[in-house]
Amino acid sequence: MSDDSKGSTQTVAPAEPSSHHRKPSDREKSWEQNTLRPTLAKNPERQAEFTTVSGYPIQRLYTRADLAGWDPDRDLGYPGEPPYTRGIHSTMHRGRLWTMRQFAGFGAAEDTNQRFRYLLSQGQTGLSTAFDLPTLMGYDSDHPLSEGEVGKCGVAISSLADMEVLFDKIPLANVTTSMTINSPAAVIWAMYLAVAEKQGADWKKISGTLQNDILKEYIAQKEYIYPPEPSMRLVIDTFEFGVKNTPKFNTISISGYHIREAGSTAIQELAFTLRDGLEYVEWGMRRGLEVDEFVPQLSFFFNAHNDFFEEIAKYRAARRIWHKAMVERYKSQSPRSWALRFHTQTAGCSLTAQQPYNNVVRTAIQALAAVLGGTQSLHTNSLDEAWALPTEFAATIALRTQQIIAHETGVTNTVDPFGGSYFVETLTNEIERGAWDYIEKIDALGGMVAAIERGYPQREISEASYRYQVAVDKKEKIIVGVNDFVTKEKPLDTLQIDESVADRQGERLRKLRAERSSDEVTRRLNVLRKAAQGSENLMPYIFDAVKSYATLGEICDAMREVFGTYEEIAIT
Amino acid sequence: MPEKKIRVLIAKPGLDGHDRGAKIIARALRDAGMEVIYTGLRQTPEMIASAAVQEDVDVIGLSILSGAHNTLCPQLMSLLHDKGMDDVTVVLGGIIPEADIPALKKSGIAEIFLPGTSTQDIVEFIHKRLAQ
Repeated sequence: MSDDSKGSTQTVAPAEPSSHHRKPSDREKSWEQNTLRPTLAKNPERQAEFTTVSGYPIQRLYTRADLAGWDPDRDLGYPGEPPYTRGIHSTMHRGRLWTMRQFAGFGAAEDTNQRFRYLLSQGQTGLSTAFDLPTLMGYDSDHPLSEGEVGKCGVAISSLADMEVLFDKIPLANVTTSMTINSPAAVIWAMYLAVAEKQGADWKKISGTLQNDILKEYIAQKEYIYPPEPSMRLVIDTFEFGVKNTPKFNTISISGYHIREAGSTAIQELAFTLRDGLEYVEWGMRRGLEVDEFVPQLSFFFNAHNDFFEEIAKYRAARRIWHKAMVERYKSQSPRSWALRFHTQTAGCSLTAQQPYNNVVRTAIQALAAVLGGTQSLHTNSLDEAWALPTEFAATIALRTQQIIAHETGVTNTVDPFGGSYFVETLTNEIERGAWDYIEKIDALGGMVAAIERGYPQREISEASYRYQVAVDKKEKIIVGVNDFVTKEKPLDTLQIDESVADRQGERLRKLRAERSSDEVTRRLNVLRKAAQGSENLMPYIFDAVKSYATLGEICDAMREVFGTYEEIAIT
Repeated sequence: MPEKKIRVLIAKPGLDGHDRGAKIIARALRDAGMEVIYTGLRQTPEMIASAAVQEDVDVIGLSILSGAHNTLCPQLMSLLHDKGMDDVTVVLGGIIPEADIPALKKSGIAEIFLPGTSTQDIVEFIHKRLAQ
């Protein structure tokens, strides 16, 4: 391979602010001369430069002059119609509120089952499952590498038996479930479908979302098992299976959330996520799927960070880019493929361990940006998450925050209230342009898989993350309670997860292995291994293995033997 | 003669992949003139202890956000002791509940840096500690 390392470290310049093209009106010029200048002469502004949390420059004032060439009919349109800047539904939150979907999971399956039922009883409208690290990495709870991690960051699921407990007394025919699982997504989904089948729920009618976004794992979250090629095959296997069997299920949630948490800017989050989306579309089409057959089942997931307007502009730009890419690049004919649907989570990385009650305020403002940006579904973080997984008390306030926005603030009374704002429209245009620059750069690198193998998005995020840290350390960016307005507070009561979860899981696995038919498990794992060596869709084989109570670790190991594992080259 | 550079091993034990903090610290310590070796992800305590011996480091910086610190830290400290590395300074950063801090310090962790710590504070701590 040629030495392109220099090329790949080049940073894409931020989109050129519109001020470079501005032609202010006579009225504006006169304001600048007669009102602004005397003020500035007397009282200079607080800072030489004002920037977003991403470091993007913001002007003092936006006027008509910033929107020269902007055509509201073309660029803004109407809600529910291309280019979807104003939202994907004509009535947006007047018609239906977003789904309040709080991410939850800890301990063993019975612990999380109880939290799920509590959240549903408190008015939550969808479920969202957090799995522990062994599950995310395809290890059973009793694997040596699982020591100390069982049930800590999420719920421990090692087999169909655990999944049956997780959804006990929760009718999967009526509730939509999101599952944050990536490398072993096909296996966990097969377990979910097996539970649905046992409950008598119709696969054609059940709905939910599988995260299943392996590309952002290589880029940001780093919970990968296999190399990119076989990982992408598994993702496309789930797309294909979903088209045939579960038409209402989102087979992927293409995620910018983790990219942003890893320290990216808003433009990088948008660009890398959408370019990941295009990569999945291309791999699906290469499999022989018709674009409008599987793209309607792809969904997105964005972060809601602190910078209110930057976030709103980001969501608006996201919809416009996706529509344009679907129509122009892939000749999509179906509006169902054009409309970008997304879930939002408020920014975990913005929460502070110091003065943790302030996090309720941060989360409320972030959630408001997501709602004003037209989200379809929302998770609000709990105040104690810079310390531990949330207590029930903290999780309840987080849910109430959404309910207050929905029912008390009035922001849901009208569609896209920022539409036509000089500032928000300009920022939407600029963020869109900045994202396209990145998308085209990644196209030129040969697509996202090639770019990841060269460390390109990883390096861009690392740079942005370090720049931000330097700005915080120098107090160029103020974080209340951290580098300014500091006080001492007494510690919070946090959720404790002890090692008894690992013991319970170990016991359950011993019992499972003793009771199931090991011959049947071995036979089905062998068949899966053989299929993995070929090119068939693996979902039916994984489903069969799951139903024989083969464990997550056993199934992932069978594929590890065929696919190998992935190691990244660490960039610091 | 130039002063000997402080050698630091930055390690991510456990299964977690959140490496933003580890990478920022690696770079900040390097910018502060230290020699930094980053292990990469998913290191067992055994791998970290061996790397510390091989690289002959003065400091080990651990980054743990997964809640596995109470299991992984004591294991590492006991391995370091077995290898005669009692004089290496071990610091920990990440999501660590306050209730866990006394036991971690008792196991030999020199300092625990919570979210919001500035990189200068960490650099200063290392300089002071090694000057003792």
